[in-house]
Amino acid sequence: MTTIAPEKIEVGKSLLGESVPRKEDRRLTQGQGVFVDDIKRHGMGYLHFVRSPYAHAHIASIDVSKAEEIKGVYGTLTGEEVAALTDPFFQIASEPGGKIKDFSLAVGKVRFVGEPVVAVVAETRELARDASELVEVEYEPLDALVDARVALGSEAPVLHDDAGGNLMWEGVYEWGDLDQAFADADQVIKIDELHFHRFNSTPLECDGALVEYNRGTGQWTIHTNNQFPGFAAIMMGPAMRCGLDKLRFVTQDIGGGFGNKITSHPQLVTCCLLSRKLNRPIQWTEWRTDFHMSMSHGNERWFRDTEVAVKDDGTLLGFRTKALDDAGAWLRYEPLGGVIWAQVTPGMYRWRHIRVEFTQVATNKAPVSPNRGYSRMQHLWFTERVIDIVARELGLDPVEVRKRNYIRAEDMPYETPNGCIYDSGDYARMLDIALDLIGWDSMGEKRRDAESRGKRLGVGIGSTLDSGTNNFGQSRMINPELQFSGNNEVATVKLDIFGEIVVTLGTTPQGQGHETTASQVVAEILNCSVDDVHVRAGHDSYWNSHAGFSGTYASQFAVTGLSAVKGATEMLREEIKKLASVIFGGVPVEALELAEGGVRIKDNPEAFLPFMACGAIINANNAGLPEDLGVTLNCRYVYRPPFQVPDIERKFGNLTLTYAAQIHVAVVEVDPETGYYDIVDYAAVDDCGKRINPQIVEGQVMGATAQAIGAVMHETFEYDEDGNLLTPNFYDYHVPHALDMPPLHTGAIESPSPFTPLGTKGMGEGGGAGIHAVCAAIQDATGKIVTDSHNPYHRVWELMR
Amino acid sequence: MNVAVTVNGTLYERDVEARKLLIHFLRDDLDLTGSHIGCDTGNCGACSVILDGTLVKSCMVLAVQANGSEIETVEGLADGEQLTALQRAFTDHHALQCGYCTPGMLMSATSLLRSNPSPSDEDIRKALQGNICRCTGYWNIFEAVKSVAR
Repeated sequence: MTTIAPEKIEVGKSLLGESVPRKEDRRLTQGQGVFVDDIKRHGMGYLHFVRSPYAHAHIASIDVSKAEEIKGVYGTLTGEEVAALTDPFFQIASEPGGKIKDFSLAVGKVRFVGEPVVAVVAETRELARDASELVEVEYEPLDALVDARVALGSEAPVLHDDAGGNLMWEGVYEWGDLDQAFADADQVIKIDELHFHRFNSTPLECDGALVEYNRGTGQWTIHTNNQFPGFAAIMMGPAMRCGLDKLRFVTQDIGGGFGNKITSHPQLVTCCLLSRKLNRPIQWTEWRTDFHMSMSHGNERWFRDTEVAVKDDGTLLGFRTKALDDAGAWLRYEPLGGVIWAQVTPGMYRWRHIRVEFTQVATNKAPVSPNRGYSRMQHLWFTERVIDIVARELGLDPVEVRKRNYIRAEDMPYETPNGCIYDSGDYARMLDIALDLIGWDSMGEKRRDAESRGKRLGVGIGSTLDSGTNNFGQSRMINPELQFSGNNEVATVKLDIFGEIVVTLGTTPQGQGHETTASQVVAEILNCSVDDVHVRAGHDSYWNSHAGFSGTYASQFAVTGLSAVKGATEMLREEIKKLASVIFGGVPVEALELAEGGVRIKDNPEAFLPFMACGAIINANNAGLPEDLGVTLNCRYVYRPPFQVPDIERKFGNLTLTYAAQIHVAVVEVDPETGYYDIVDYAAVDDCGKRINPQIVEGQVMGATAQAIGAVMHETFEYDEDGNLLTPNFYDYHVPHALDMPPLHTGAIESPSPFTPLGTKGMGEGGGAGIHAVCAAIQDATGKIVTDSHNPYHRVWELMR
Repeated sequence: MNVAVTVNGTLYERDVEARKLLIHFLRDDLDLTGSHIGCDTGNCGACSVILDGTLVKSCMVLAVQANGSEIETVEGLADGEQLTALQRAFTDHHALQCGYCTPGMLMSATSLLRSNPSPSDEDIRKALQGNICRCTGYWNIFEAVKSVAR
């Protein structure tokens, strides 16, 4: 492993930029984390779902009587009961998708294999599973729709009669002057069809919950690994006909999320209803096979009839394409994927004339939901494929085409054709670093060496953006009726009675090290040690440190979470000084400074008030303090990024605050006889602005890279023509193992964001670059155009035939 | 059926169903929740424990099969507050993110280093191939294990 880091500029000693060891690790390396399945309650019942064996069928009848007769079975819940007790989930989509009726269990019809139909609760996990076998469901099977490309044909079976067909959402995005661009072009490159496949990040811990109902207060306490409780709450409350204060969300440790744990609200509603119905805590832990069959597949997308306007020298003028998105059976977060891609409309390139006709349809497959790189990854894979196909058709070097067209460092901040503001970056420099890391200069020699061994060597580049901190106003492009915009996150920082510095976050970390990086920011501002800062693990909506968009998703903690921490800590610092000013007999606050775990007079360090004294005075010894002191030492700050509501008519505006970038280069060796290939060298260069903890950032880069390698080589959710998932667990869905990993070189530059309080950018989702890079490398090695994001060995072999 | 096992030096006796998996026995009956479950198929290794000196995936063993055995789990690695060199190396090398696979990884690596204190790079990768990690890409786990090999 090689690492190239930016040169450090020493400006005093700062904790921001230090690879402080993670505070989370001590409990996690001893098996002392608390994950959702670790939580137990007296008398709890284990929930098991009876799931549909059909991709598409009417439910003729359900009989739970045999299951309920078994000793130790506490009860059941059916779709019919759900339809009586709840309202359909709120739909993000405008019509026609907005008309579908989605409940927490199937009502009247099933629409994908694995869809929950009945919930059974019993004394043990095993008994709940056994009893589920005794639930009798009569189905009347219907034809299944598994290919989105025929979803709008007159022959296609219709999933949702309420929507009048399989069209869920469509919209046309057009910016610039397409006619002029194509008139000015020396050549028009046409690409019939590109396909981005269906997979997800398969967090090692599946979804789960332990739900308790308090009959006296009418409140549910939901211990869960849902990673976006703010979203779950606004989905669940209206459906359950209760105020959001009745839904208390609690998490501690979450075993990976990657976006896949955003849309568990239907299962959580089922748990809530059963905990009330059966008057006991409900424990639900999803089985791996259930997760694969039913949760959060990444968006499968086709790009059809693409035309690219280019000059002979490789200058890109614009493109038009028709994007077709397969949403699966339900819109659980969709059709937001229909606009999220627009955060990165031009990719990293300066073309100004772009038209995308976006269509999203329903199919009899698991519902799609956010997956690391959500919707931008699909679009950026498309733009990178276009670059490499254009380079090939024009006989140009893909490196040169990129450098000719990359948005330049001097163009920053850069306004894209659709009004997004790329904050900072130097893509060409990143590419140079990445090429150096894989020994670009000696590539000719390496090609000859591979040929001498009967192999074909290929090099591929993946340039990608990791847009972060959403402006939720973009949802109005999907549905103008929606009343969302902006973003927010909350933190509280207080001095407790013995001077303990206690921090709460609104976020729900799943391995991103928030306790550590938040501590670094607090310690920096209070001028104390990281060890003196106690960040509460996890999330609890009782802490009051949350807002509507709280959670951990979409590359934003380094901006939203840490800016909230910074704001709250600065408030606390000023309050400490204000208190000390009084205690020191009216010394002006400007004469005070924080140091060594207390506050002191700059010119007279002997006059020192430790945090312990500050905490004790305010909390327990406050007689005689001035009435108008206004100090609580318990500070709550809401960070709100500077956003405007986008122009919905023009589909124009800044959709995210920061644009981190990654450039990956993959070197592959293909065996022309078999299609087998190895990634023999690999470089990933990251720029996420100011890095608070470089080791954590590099860890994110590595992990995302591994997921990309898995996706491009092995991982796919593939269905047969009847709608059966062929890869329903890790037996058939191969994720990379230790032996699968190629040599890796990492590098980084830092282009601080001018728009964020710490110069940081959200990051963690740039790994899609690996898919782009490996596809490009296969194209380079085989000389054949790669049209699919999934390239197992047999597909490479077919490519070369 | 009656099962008596010694886990991390403590003897436990319980009456369990014959079909209960060892991992569910450890987690649900003994409240030793450090070992985790990540799959239904024996692929992921999050439940790895050492049984009578041999590394096993505890979802592939019935609790009753473990009767009379000595089991080591992640909870038994540290000596009180004193973490093992391997546990410390996992932090130093940032070999964990969410920490869900970590107990299994630590048990696999511990088992390797006991039988082979000076493993080659290939030995380390092979020893870890039965454990899935979705966060790190394995590079840092490899470096952590390598750093404590002699």
